[in-house]
Amino acid sequence: MSEGFKGIKIDGLWKSFARREVIQDLHLKIDSGTFTAIVGPSGCGKSTLLRLMAGLESVTTGSLQNTFQNQTGFVFQEANLLSWKSVLENILLPFELLPRFNDISRTEARTQALQALEKVKLQDAADLFPHQLSGGMKMRVALARALVTKPRLLLLDEPFAALDEFTRTELQNQLRELWLKEKMTVVFVTHSLSEALYLAERVIMLKGPGAKIVLDQKLSLPVIRTEVLKTSEEFNSLLRQLSERLRQ
Amino acid sequence: MKRVAPAVFAFLILVLGLEVIVQSGLVVDTLIPAPTQIVKTLLELHSDFQNALLETLRNTLAGLFLSIVIGNIIAFLFSLSDLLKRAILPFAVFFQTVPIIAIAPLLVIYFGFGSPTVIASSFIVSIFPIIANTLAGLESATPQQIDLFKIYQATRFQTLWKLKLPNAYPYILSGLKVAIGLSIIGSVAGEFVAGGGLGAMIDAARTQQRVDIVFVALLLLSLLGIILIGLLNLTNRLILLRRPFMTTSGDL
Repeated sequence: MSEGFKGIKIDGLWKSFARREVIQDLHLKIDSGTFTAIVGPSGCGKSTLLRLMAGLESVTTGSLQNTFQNQTGFVFQEANLLSWKSVLENILLPFELLPRFNDISRTEARTQALQALEKVKLQDAADLFPHQLSGGMKMRVALARALVTKPRLLLLDEPFAALDEFTRTELQNQLRELWLKEKMTVVFVTHSLSEALYLAERVIMLKGPGAKIVLDQKLSLPVIRTEVLKTSEEFNSLLRQLSERLRQ
Repeated sequence: MKRVAPAVFAFLILVLGLEVIVQSGLVVDTLIPAPTQIVKTLLELHSDFQNALLETLRNTLAGLFLSIVIGNIIAFLFSLSDLLKRAILPFAVFFQTVPIIAIAPLLVIYFGFGSPTVIASSFIVSIFPIIANTLAGLESATPQQIDLFKIYQATRFQTLWKLKLPNAYPYILSGLKVAIGLSIIGSVAGEFVAGGGLGAMIDAARTQQRVDIVFVALLLLSLLGIILIGLLNLTNRLILLRRPFMTTSGDL
């Protein structure tokens, strides 16, 4: 790794499960502070790649260097909240578990958790339990839990896939706002090309077998994005290009 | 009240029907006693029944307590060590299939007559559902939940204590419900061979052809089971008021 590099650097990475090679000889570099979307059809290996970045899977051969180790937040496909804990207690979970927060006081942890709840506009739901929340609210709590530790790297695995269109757009806007404010590195896995274009600064397209990178494109869309962008010629032209590439 | 009304109504019909059938001589009272006879016997021998019931209750609670403590410890150890689980669990399953009435004479040889044998019998019968349910509950955490705890660098103990144990709550509750019923069965089986309690009263009544005593003892045993399950349901409801470990009441 070059001196002073901050981000994720993958060199000649192979990952196999039993005898199935899910990722073959992957080379990729993600710079600090960028918003990258990884797209591709189901089963192409994008979630596996994200899990490798998070350290949830081990590399079979090759190397994966993540300079944000221990400063990583992860948002799963489902909110993954603990049903017996209130919203606030769910957000406090990282403080209970992460060794680097052993010295933080309860009051300080609570203040930070409330701030994280405010970021996702859920400050009034602190004492509710997960079964009292809608799907969108649950996902916002999951986002707040990932953000409360102020991660330098935020990994998201199709977090909005199960939500309705309205809630999805609302959460996409919130995520984009948060990224612009916090400037953490974001890697967002999705199978929706439109979502990838709307959120990210760079789109990487994987196709199986072997999770080959078939497209790696930096986007020149406006920094401030609203739903109107989705109806623009520029956005739709890019969408057509990506869609054609995916079909090839 | 609406929930229990059909059961109460059915019970009253049964009692009334039985009274009519026995009083009219359709069934001889040496086979099935009339409900009024059952009440009469209970009042006549209330002191004997009270002592026997208390003895059975004590032995049942002791056996149940032991199986809850030891059963949960075993389940915890199994969940921490797959090797231990694979080495011992098959024997526990095998042991579970041996009828308690066949083991009870051995227990008399080991522990002698009286409470120790009865407690051991109650313990042996009720421990397996505790182990099986707690273990199933501890293993019920989803891979995503386990991943979440890995992301936050949780230790094995933290994962067990803060994720697997609360997640296992509904399973532990089911195990307890089954174990309560079985612990009473175990106690009565133990009392058949080791003496004491309602089991010994039933055994003695059998030799005297006193079906009325047997029926009173059966009613008291049923009542004991209902009270213990009721207490468990009440405790569960109080816990769920504070913590939604499960979103339904889980009542039996």
